[in-house]
Amino acid sequence: MARIVVDPVTRIEGHLRIEAQVENGKVTDAWSSGTMFRGIELIVRHRDPREAWLWTQRICAVCTMVHALASVRAVENALDIEVPDNARLVRNIISASQYIHDHVVHFYHLHALDWVDVTGALKADPAKTSQLAQSLSEWPKSSTTYFRGVQQRVSRLVASRQLSLFTSGYWGHPAYRLPPEADLMAVAHYLEALEFQREFIRIHAVLGGKNPHLQSFLVGGMSTSLDPNEPQAPLNPERMDFLAQVAQSAKTFVDQVLMPDVLAVAGFYPEWFALGRGPGSYLSYGAFPQGGIRDTSLYFLPRGILLHEDLSRVHPVDPEKIAEYVTHSWYDYREGDQVAKPPAEGETNPRYSGPRPPFAFLNVEEKYSWLKAPRYDDQVMEVGPLARVLVAYAAGMTEMKTAVDGVLAHFKAPPAALFSTLGRIAARALETQLLANHIVGWIGELRNNMQSGKLAIHNGEKWEPATWPASARGYGLFEAPRGSLGHWVEIENQAIKNYQCVVPTTWNAGPRDVHGHRGPYETALLGTPLADPERPLEILRTVHSFDPCLACAVHVLDAQGQVRGRAEART
Amino acid sequence: MALHEPLPEALEGRGISRRRFVRFCSAMVGMLALPEHYVGQVIQALQATHKPVLVWLEFQDCAGNTESILRSADPPVAEVLLDLLSWEYHETIMAGAGRQAEAVLERVMAQDTGQYIAVVEGSIPTAEGGVYCTIGGRTALDIARQVCSHAAATIAVGACAWDGGLVRADPNPTGAVGLEEAVPGIKVVNLGGCPHNVANTAAVLVHYLTFHEMPALDQFHRPLFAYGQLIHDQCERRAHYDAGEFVEAWGDAGSRKGWCLYKMGCKGPDATYNCPTVRWNSGTSWPVKAGHGCIACASHRFWDTMSPFYKPLPSVPGFGVDVSAEEIGWGVVGGVAGLTAAHAIGSALRRKAGGPEGGAAPPPEKPA
Ligand code: SF4
Ligand code: SF4
Repeated sequence: MARIVVDPVTRIEGHLRIEAQVENGKVTDAWSSGTMFRGIELIVRHRDPREAWLWTQRICAVCTMVHALASVRAVENALDIEVPDNARLVRNIISASQYIHDHVVHFYHLHALDWVDVTGALKADPAKTSQLAQSLSEWPKSSTTYFRGVQQRVSRLVASRQLSLFTSGYWGHPAYRLPPEADLMAVAHYLEALEFQREFIRIHAVLGGKNPHLQSFLVGGMSTSLDPNEPQAPLNPERMDFLAQVAQSAKTFVDQVLMPDVLAVAGFYPEWFALGRGPGSYLSYGAFPQGGIRDTSLYFLPRGILLHEDLSRVHPVDPEKIAEYVTHSWYDYREGDQVAKPPAEGETNPRYSGPRPPFAFLNVEEKYSWLKAPRYDDQVMEVGPLARVLVAYAAGMTEMKTAVDGVLAHFKAPPAALFSTLGRIAARALETQLLANHIVGWIGELRNNMQSGKLAIHNGEKWEPATWPASARGYGLFEAPRGSLGHWVEIENQAIKNYQCVVPTTWNAGPRDVHGHRGPYETALLGTPLADPERPLEILRTVHSFDPCLACAVHVLDAQGQVRGRAEART
Repeated sequence: MALHEPLPEALEGRGISRRRFVRFCSAMVGMLALPEHYVGQVIQALQATHKPVLVWLEFQDCAGNTESILRSADPPVAEVLLDLLSWEYHETIMAGAGRQAEAVLERVMAQDTGQYIAVVEGSIPTAEGGVYCTIGGRTALDIARQVCSHAAATIAVGACAWDGGLVRADPNPTGAVGLEEAVPGIKVVNLGGCPHNVANTAAVLVHYLTFHEMPALDQFHRPLFAYGQLIHDQCERRAHYDAGEFVEAWGDAGSRKGWCLYKMGCKGPDATYNCPTVRWNSGTSWPVKAGHGCIACASHRFWDTMSPFYKPLPSVPGFGVDVSAEEIGWGVVGGVAGLTAAHAIGSALRRKAGGPEGGAAPPPEKPA
């Protein structure tokens, strides 16, 4: 019996540590720990709620914009503000492009090297690689010459003995199983995807001024005014053309590169459809309103909960049932560590009680993480693309059903195969494709509004703080690419009194709760085979399939009272 | 080296065409405001066969600066990460994890000691013995001290690594500070911004690779070529400011005409950065172009000194509107070492108007 530690877990956002107990080549228990804390909710207290989005967006830049959107929604909810249709559309387009960007980067740059041996590419036959690529896709970059060039580039890198990012990979590990030609094709697409993501996200530059950390959100709408006749308008016909063109290129890349690659790679690792099984209950807040924000029945991706791997019933979501434990987290609750507290009444008093650094192991019997353990109705929930896809599938969303059934048929697998490491990967790719199919249409809708003179982009009725009630509370829910995200705000005397976030990776990477129930990562790692425990590649496969984002996951709720009259100081 | 010489094999192997390479080198020389004859030297330096090693440390960060690096167009991101330098440690994107990742840092410090470039992203917590950020069981402070003190050059990217950034904003729950404060005595180049703009970072790296030293810096150790000019002086909406044409409400007719955002809280008159000229995402746009004011994200301690972000600056007179340069006196120009004349005058005006000093402001005292 041995305890192994993976810290830092790399190719993720933020600071994650995994400790695992290994017996007979298998993981028998696991602990997930977030090892960084900033306290951003505490920092936004007493500030102007209209600018909270600028601050909270900095929770994470890999998921840039998601906290900005949740934040403006929370304040709009508190102050009862409806945003104009154009703002809804711009927000949906920004969000959809974030999904596409994030998912592509995740597959190629954060996850692929768990399945693809870069050095394997050296042994490939470029002609056969070209045949393989052409058998999978229409993508034009598929000639023998092209792949030979990529191979030469890799072999020069290896010969120079300066492998840069590839220096420390688990190359030659027995768990790698792609034929060399597939390795070479994947390395080529890794490089292409680096360029693709950069070009594609220029959509955010147009709609947000910059990426990462867009700067066009406003409580009440967006700053991107549109006008068919003004060349200096942030959005005009020329920029609409640009958006449409970039969106179209994403559809091509996703259809011709991402999707075929995901299917091809998965085909070589079928046993991972049976590994990495999560807690079995799934939560999605739903995303992409097609009407008012309150009309959740019109969301493009539906809201709902699945319990115990049962796809026959979608349960409604009641935000009141969300609560967080700190039993194994480095915080105290005044009522003691046995209770779970809902975000609206959240409380966080950071109190580190782990070993003094430098340390070799955490004390996992006690508190061991900066993440709390959120629960829904006291149940562990998995969130993210798999949860969204399963909820949409179970809710009967036709387009999703067809897509999912197509993939299952391709692998001759039952729906239960989706509750797995590869299930997460497949779901993420399917969702990317779905959004790449729709983003072009949403840009078209925005253009139609512009052409027909429907130009409202901001609702300024409640912009002036003088129009606000003395106190107000609200929340904003959103499905970030990594899963369910909620911000809760309390406003008093025109300033933030309390601010709280419950974030995707907290759901997935959180520690045990008062009942000793493991968080989703901890559960999914059980039974993971390790061919070489010194090089725990298989642990990375399952952890990465969730797409961890730790900067998001650690936050503070309502530390009691040390903030000194900031609001007065700044007015 | 003459420009017509054939491209060395090493470069061809990277799939870089001669013409593009030369164009890139010239662009860098232009951006760094170097005389044109340096192009040859830049070309030569970038063709070196042994690539300098770079390690990128992430502490209390949001990975915004990492994401920004991934947006590099010139040179293309794959070349930055694989070819220009040997980019060996960078948690968000490196292949290895855990022990294998830590081993890279140890090897670099042993084998390349005094020769590698260290880049730091994110602030460093100092409260409670540094427990607010640990990697591999060690504190950020411990790692920063060790890695940066053995580096040939250290670059702090983004507001957090420079001055503590958002994490350090009041009430600074974790005692976060920037790198210079956390590890006193090391030489740091600060690339402020939230995040840094990769166009500037690429230029700094190229400068370093060519001359083995950093470009000219201001009093905050920021490169002058990027941080020496007022946003307001480079802004495409400046003519509207001078003409008194302002956006008065979000989404109004003025906002559709691209009028000045001063009344909506724009901090451009009080902030320096080359954001309006370099722009973001391959030069596609910048915040003002998307209709939102500047938040002065490259100014010192901007989260505390420049917020509330929607509150207009105390009136800042424009040149020629109600105060002329002569009235301020040119003497002030020489008095502010290293800053451009425009910024010096701008600062003097702000002092006169009683406004905050922006980029030149001293760190504010923490409220008692
Ligand atoms: S400076 Fe801004 S972008 Fe950079 S790490 Fe800090 S919050 Fe993120
Ligand atoms: S105030 Fe802002 S928008 Fe107006 S000219 Fe200056 S920088 Fe540009």
